[in-house]
Amino acid sequence: MNYKEHREKTRKFKQSLGFTLLRISVFIVFLSLLSLVIFICLKGFKVLSLSFLLEFPKRGMTKGGIFPAIVGTFLLSTGAILFALPSGVLAAIYLKEYARAKRWVRVIRISINNLAGVPSVVFGLFGLTIFVKLFGFGVSVLSGSLTLGILILPVIIRTAEEAINSVPFSFKEASFALGATKWQTIKKVVLPTALPGILTGAILSLGRAAGETAPILFTAATFYTRHLPKSPFSEVMALPYHIYALMTEGTKPELQVPIAYGTALVLLLLVFAINLVAIIIRSRARRKKRW
Amino acid sequence: MVNKITTRDLNLWFGENHILKNINISVPENLITAIMGPSGCGKSTFLRCLNRMNDLIDGTKITGKVLIDGKDIYSDNIDVFNLRKRVGMVFQKPNPFSKSIFENVAYGLKIHGIRDRGIISEKVERALRDANLWDEVKDKLSSSAFDLSGGQQQRLCIARALAVEPEIILFDEPASALDPISTAKLEELLGKLKKNYTIVIVTHNLQQAARISDWTAFLMLGELVEFGKTEKIFTTPKDKRTENYLTGKFG
Repeated sequence: MNYKEHREKTRKFKQSLGFTLLRISVFIVFLSLLSLVIFICLKGFKVLSLSFLLEFPKRGMTKGGIFPAIVGTFLLSTGAILFALPSGVLAAIYLKEYARAKRWVRVIRISINNLAGVPSVVFGLFGLTIFVKLFGFGVSVLSGSLTLGILILPVIIRTAEEAINSVPFSFKEASFALGATKWQTIKKVVLPTALPGILTGAILSLGRAAGETAPILFTAATFYTRHLPKSPFSEVMALPYHIYALMTEGTKPELQVPIAYGTALVLLLLVFAINLVAIIIRSRARRKKRW
Repeated sequence: MVNKITTRDLNLWFGENHILKNINISVPENLITAIMGPSGCGKSTFLRCLNRMNDLIDGTKITGKVLIDGKDIYSDNIDVFNLRKRVGMVFQKPNPFSKSIFENVAYGLKIHGIRDRGIISEKVERALRDANLWDEVKDKLSSSAFDLSGGQQQRLCIARALAVEPEIILFDEPASALDPISTAKLEELLGKLKKNYTIVIVTHNLQQAARISDWTAFLMLGELVEFGKTEKIFTTPKDKRTENYLTGKFG
């Protein structure tokens, strides 16, 4: 075998080695995700029923359903979006369209990216200090929503910036050439065009907010309440915290653990459903996009 | 013949680059003036001086004057948004908004404060008729502008510009992305429009300049080489550079 043939063979060998490695990694990723879902499903589906979804917990959390926790998670994540979406989009508009000083923008952007990397329990402590204590909102839906809102703000700003960035300059040019002001152009051309991208980011962070435990630990969540929240200042039950409470508190683990898995399954399905909505919006927008 | 636009010693820099050098030109009213020249000669930049679109680019510096109806559009008391309403623009590539056909044309009316739906639809129809597009789109005004062909999109952009009732329309190589049939329709439309509007068109297509324009300016490396009646420029150019360009010695 001469040198050339030999080199040809090693090249092919290296290539198939590379492909095999890639296949194995994909397989590992897929397998771990799949086993997680199967595991939760197997452990959780036994307790799943309509009454599990629609009833209050009974007998010291050993019976009954998780209705107040579902409501609480819904309120907390909606509240988080109500706060984070407008402020995040406005911040993104400012950074992309108005901010003049390049260095200043870079500092802000680095801070935002760092904020995205802060552990969520730190947000919880921050929320406790600022919203619960300083602003006096107490342990409440409001404090929890604001804390979750700050947690998802970086993602919302970043996706909104990307969406605004992807609006073709020719659209803005056409608007300016008709005598539109910058604000009119942003409001009537840039934002409508960027909307699907902004919404996708918002919905994905909604899923993130629904699943977080640490930020609501000190700011909103309670182990058990007989009532649904009456005002933004009431404390609430929430799905992730409910799981945590069932696994760490109470005296009858043999009855509580199955309920915890059932709750986990509900949370998982909820987050999947939310992400599915985002995927649908994105693919529809992609089909409609023709510029 | 009345001059609608006059530039006096117009100079433009992008940063350090001196793009336009002492341009003195007079654009006659209700005629078509073509700006031609090789790529990079500054013809599009010149066009964008006339509605101050260069303002959007950071680091632009302009000296000299651009007079429209005798008023300098770069003086301090000029409202640039109102100026751009008077001086419409159609771009190289059709650039309709991602909105319906109707909304594309109505856009300019709405941003200039017209709210009455009756007036808006009346003006939209008139603009579409003036742009020779009405018969093709009247049954699908609410469908997306992207459902139209390239030539139709470009006429839609013209209708969008016409809707706000400008006095001048600037065309920046409007046919460069179109097929020959669409181009012919567009040129026919330009001939019709000049009755009511002053038209300045940038083109690198010599035949097109010869076919449609009344006056022609020849720009090279940021300088105005020659400006005159189109038939004069094309038959008896005074400058050697114009002659070389027209005979295809360079392009």
